[in-house]
Amino acid sequence: MKASLKQFALMLGLLSMAASCTPTPTTTAESPAATASPEASPAVASGPAISTDGDVIIASSLPMTGSSLGQTQTIVNSIQLALDEVNSTVCDGKLKVGFQTFDDATAAAGKWDPAQVTANSNTIVANDKIVAVIGTFNSGAAKLAIPIFNQGSLAMVSPANTYPGLTKPGTGEKGEPDTYYPNGKRNYARVVPADDLQGAAGANWSKTLGAQKVYILDDQELYGKGLADVYEKDAKTLGLEVVGREGINPKAADYRALMNKIKDLGPDLIYFGGITQNNAGQLVKDMRNVGMTDVKFMGPDGINEQALIDAAGKDSEGVYATFGGIPPKELTGKGKEWYDAYKAKFNSEPEPYAAYGYEAAQVVLQALGKVCEGNRDAVRETVMATKDFPGLLGTWSFDANGDTTITKMSGSEVKDGKWVFAETLDAKVGK
Amino acid sequence: MKQWQKIVLYLMVGYFILLLGPVAGLDLPRIAQDIARSPSLLVTQLLVGLINGAIIAVIALGYTLVYGIIELINFAHGDLYMLGGFAALTVMGALGVQDGAPFVSSILPMLLALIVAAGFCAGLNILTERYAYRPLRNAPRLAPLISAIGVSFIFQNLGLFWGGLRSFIPIMGNTAAAPKSFPDLLPRINILAAMGIQSKVEFTVKDLVVLVVAVGLMIGLNLFIQRTSAGKAMRAVAQNRDAARIVGINVDQIIVLTFLIGGALAGSAGLLVGLYNNTIVFTMGFTAGLRAFTAAVLGGIGNITGAMLGGILIGLLSALSDQYLSSRWTDAWVFGVLVLILVFRPSGLLGENLQEKV
Repeated sequence: MKASLKQFALMLGLLSMAASCTPTPTTTAESPAATASPEASPAVASGPAISTDGDVIIASSLPMTGSSLGQTQTIVNSIQLALDEVNSTVCDGKLKVGFQTFDDATAAAGKWDPAQVTANSNTIVANDKIVAVIGTFNSGAAKLAIPIFNQGSLAMVSPANTYPGLTKPGTGEKGEPDTYYPNGKRNYARVVPADDLQGAAGANWSKTLGAQKVYILDDQELYGKGLADVYEKDAKTLGLEVVGREGINPKAADYRALMNKIKDLGPDLIYFGGITQNNAGQLVKDMRNVGMTDVKFMGPDGINEQALIDAAGKDSEGVYATFGGIPPKELTGKGKEWYDAYKAKFNSEPEPYAAYGYEAAQVVLQALGKVCEGNRDAVRETVMATKDFPGLLGTWSFDANGDTTITKMSGSEVKDGKWVFAETLDAKVGK
Repeated sequence: MKQWQKIVLYLMVGYFILLLGPVAGLDLPRIAQDIARSPSLLVTQLLVGLINGAIIAVIALGYTLVYGIIELINFAHGDLYMLGGFAALTVMGALGVQDGAPFVSSILPMLLALIVAAGFCAGLNILTERYAYRPLRNAPRLAPLISAIGVSFIFQNLGLFWGGLRSFIPIMGNTAAAPKSFPDLLPRINILAAMGIQSKVEFTVKDLVVLVVAVGLMIGLNLFIQRTSAGKAMRAVAQNRDAARIVGINVDQIIVLTFLIGGALAGSAGLLVGLYNNTIVFTMGFTAGLRAFTAAVLGGIGNITGAMLGGILIGLLSALSDQYLSSRWTDAWVFGVLVLILVFRPSGLLGENLQEKV
């Protein structure tokens, strides 16, 4: 992963340069992401050749503006790779499949934006040719998008949402997940394991790393808070002492006072349930700034990205992150084949969620191959009934909730300014 | 104020306190216990608050100076400070300063960054005044205010664009909107320990440098306004623009000078925050601007000492709230106190002297 991230950065740089020279040649038929950002055009223009031309269309809804772009661009690449492999057709060439990307982030927010998600979802539902959606990236965005797609009986497969309450009864807030499925039929599935597993993996790993006292922070968002809740519960089950729990203000300029408070309580590990865009980098910096140099910092996959290292600089050394799967480079068998194909095609390293983007695209394509027509409800039913699917990560099925049966997870650590695979984690829920 | 208005007011304030108290954990006996358990922690947090407050105060001065002279709330000021941080980071990148470079060898780049950031922001502020505010000087007061909000948006997008220039400025990182790591140049050596004082309180070289520069800027500005003839002219324009013109003061020039000083202060604050927090992001101007504006209002907008006092009060309040209450309620407390003070002292803490606004 060492040289490759540099390559990826270089590619991004070159592409953005190319994009800034050409007057926004958007290949999508309509550009739904009307953002004023200079980032918006490279996001669409710099990727692979995306064509909306087809009898049916698969849409993606991902944040392509802001610091999530590093991840989401490789997801889009992966989806296109899956389409290219079948020449964008299914059913022995009878059904042509198009692909359209939607950006659910705005420049002003710097990340996914609720209004943008709703607007995109309505546009997608209104387009009869769209038979399946791959997305969203953020669980908070899924919360808004699922009900809209549900009313259109539109299948939605997420490569990255990990909030348990989206699918699993009794893990989220009251009324979840039924509140997301107003027409009573499940239309949402995910190829990535949910947070209750990742929280458990994090707690397990904390114990393996020798932590005894932990302090838990969250960014007060659906994803981060849900994860911190699971971590807290499992850490207690494993006999770790939780010395404190707090929600941070993600917009604060610094966290010195908070870190001084934590330092006084003397934990040997700080767990942050949250994402890089909610100031994880500043947390790491201020933790080191107040002199907690030996204290470990662990987060979920929301901080497992280059953006954290960009933000925290040399202070990010030794930061741990769990990831609800295996990093692309560590995949074996079918996964290895995909990894090689990706590198050959895009000449860059796929980010961790790219494999799930490919997996999601494969699931949708195999469903389309069975249905052979643009019938939304039939596609939805076939996607939800996916069984013993030979995927990149092994053979798996969707359970009744639409969750993958895969439980493999991994942990990585920042070493010399790069995320390095550390070990495979036991994701068995420690109950 | 009529009797019934007063009663309604007190009821609202009482409701506010009663509501915030239990929710935000204002549990006085527990707080007293915490302080008794670890007094050194209180001192540490007061220091954190003081330094953060000093930085807020430097930004707040820009608001208060401009308001004192032309009665305009310059909403673009916070974003100007953000651009100062970007200018400083660009200088660091151009000079090839590495994260964690030795202090002695990085003094020169830091000074250069200070000059460039201050100069850049001063120049930009003057241009803003010339093209966005001066044409509206005699328009209704709402017009320049809206113009200022527009400039704020332009600056924010400029910051976003600037952050995306990674092909030319590699130090900007991979993504335009992501926070940028600012080189950590000020050593984190504990002065108290180095002097042989045994204490749990830590006061690092970094803290000292930032505090000294911030306080130095404030004292310098005060001396400039009180002692120099240009400062006297500024005070005169603030008191009565027409009368100042009659006695031969070039009012336009003085206004330009005010914007120059305000811009330079914003640029310096941008560098300071970069060096202190080691992260800059294009949205930081909005948050900081809101706090600095609150500080200016708290101290009495238009009053320079008031802005300093307000900034430091807000810094202290935030740090104490982070420690003894809950960090998620810090903003509620800061702005809650603002509401309280405005209810009981509408002109701010030191704002009664309306005649002499600078």
